[in-house]
Amino acid sequence: MPPLQITDFTQVTLSGVSRHYGRRRALSRVNLVLSAGEIIGVLGPNGAGKSTLLGVLSTLAEPSNGDVRYGDLTASAGGAPLRAQVGFLSHELQLYPELTARENLEFFAGLYGLDRPAERAHEALARASLSERADDLVEGFSRGMRQRLALERTLLHAPRLVLFDEPFTGLDEASCGTLVTRLQQLRTAGRIVVLATHDLDVVSQLLDRAVLLRMGRLSELGSKGSLRERYRAALAEAPRGRRPVPSGPSGSGPGESPA
Amino acid sequence: MRRFLQVTWLVVRKDLRVESRNKEMLLTTLFFAVSCVLVFSFGFVRGGEAIEGSASGVLWITIAFSGTLALGRAFERERHHDALRGLLMAPVDRPAIYVGKLVGVLLLLAVVEALVVVMVAFLFQAPLFRHGWWLLTLLSLGTIGFASVGTLFSAMLLRTRSRAVLLPVLLYPVTIPVLIMGVSGTFALVQPEPDLVLARVWVSLLFFFDIVFVTLALWTFEPVMTE
Repeated sequence: MPPLQITDFTQVTLSGVSRHYGRRRALSRVNLVLSAGEIIGVLGPNGAGKSTLLGVLSTLAEPSNGDVRYGDLTASAGGAPLRAQVGFLSHELQLYPELTARENLEFFAGLYGLDRPAERAHEALARASLSERADDLVEGFSRGMRQRLALERTLLHAPRLVLFDEPFTGLDEASCGTLVTRLQQLRTAGRIVVLATHDLDVVSQLLDRAVLLRMGRLSELGSKGSLRERYRAALAEAPRGRRPVPSGPSGSGPGESPA
Repeated sequence: MRRFLQVTWLVVRKDLRVESRNKEMLLTTLFFAVSCVLVFSFGFVRGGEAIEGSASGVLWITIAFSGTLALGRAFERERHHDALRGLLMAPVDRPAIYVGKLVGVLLLLAVVEALVVVMVAFLFQAPLFRHGWWLLTLLSLGTIGFASVGTLFSAMLLRTRSRAVLLPVLLYPVTIPVLIMGVSGTFALVQPEPDLVLARVWVSLLFFFDIVFVTLALWTFEPVMTE
């Protein structure tokens, strides 16, 4: 396969991003800076706009207003080479149950234009501890096994920006632990990791920074107390629809408002 | 272009692999097509004699109905488990994904049509194989025209709740010219005095429509799939 042109970036900047679905506003003037080597938690109740934010970051959904920059590039200018630097794992695992674990990985390795797809798949299966089940159909896998496989599929092409939508849903403690370890490895490797989740207990020790989305509006969580306390305080502080919109970027890098 | 073809092949191979395991689309489409031809044969064949011109109509209406069934399922497996998002996130020319899905549908319909043609020829006593190459050309071009629009609409409707209802509502008005050309071209071939000149005219028109439909579908697939 011919190698794809690589578009690298160390920062993603959302400026005044809004997203409407008809008359419903899913995101409202969101400003956010994501930097390499940090894990950002996007917290918020159901319907707050978390999945929409991830959709916009993944380049699959276009903002109605504002823009998203990956380094210097916008999503439309970046095109396919930019998509090669983004990985997205949603709570639906984006796997084909009628294919084996190996076939799933090889298919996506081919789509991403990776060289030695069979070898890459083999390595990914080993990382997911699924080498012995490599040739079994995914439909026979448990939720935890599917999740591990989907995680490796997401990371197969070593993306710069990795987006997770509720990745801990339905996982047992051991699988959660494995996922947490993998997320920490991604941070160490200098990836930008965005995590939309409800599982505050699991991610409380993991996040470098947390933001709250409510009614499509984004605000930083404070820095005093546990994550759960800060989350509750922020929810109480932000009455529905009356929370003022942050005027500038809601954070500008790791450590600015550490979790 | 090489990468485009590679992606197309990957999608086709994946779909064939999945289909070979569950045979869901193949069996349902074949069953529907066979039922369709059988029911029509009871309506249009009396005393071993088929109503003149009915064979070409039955052939194409069966292709249209069973094709709609297949098209309705074409993107279903991408919808389950949000696999479509995985496909669209890949750094590929998205029209290559469209072509991959289209080729998968065409291969399925080719199998269905092989059976339907034999059944119609037998039950309606229609000389469909008298000018076999012409019929093959008509069927190929007609199926490409029908499936190219259908595959695009199937992808478009993926996120809508009432897609099963909307697909035929959108598809038939657009593809009616293709079906009419198919019926007229086939009728020109099976009538007692075959009119090859007329058949050639319908083939040319079908070819023109195919170019328009496929070009428009390739052009619109990317914006249609962007949320």
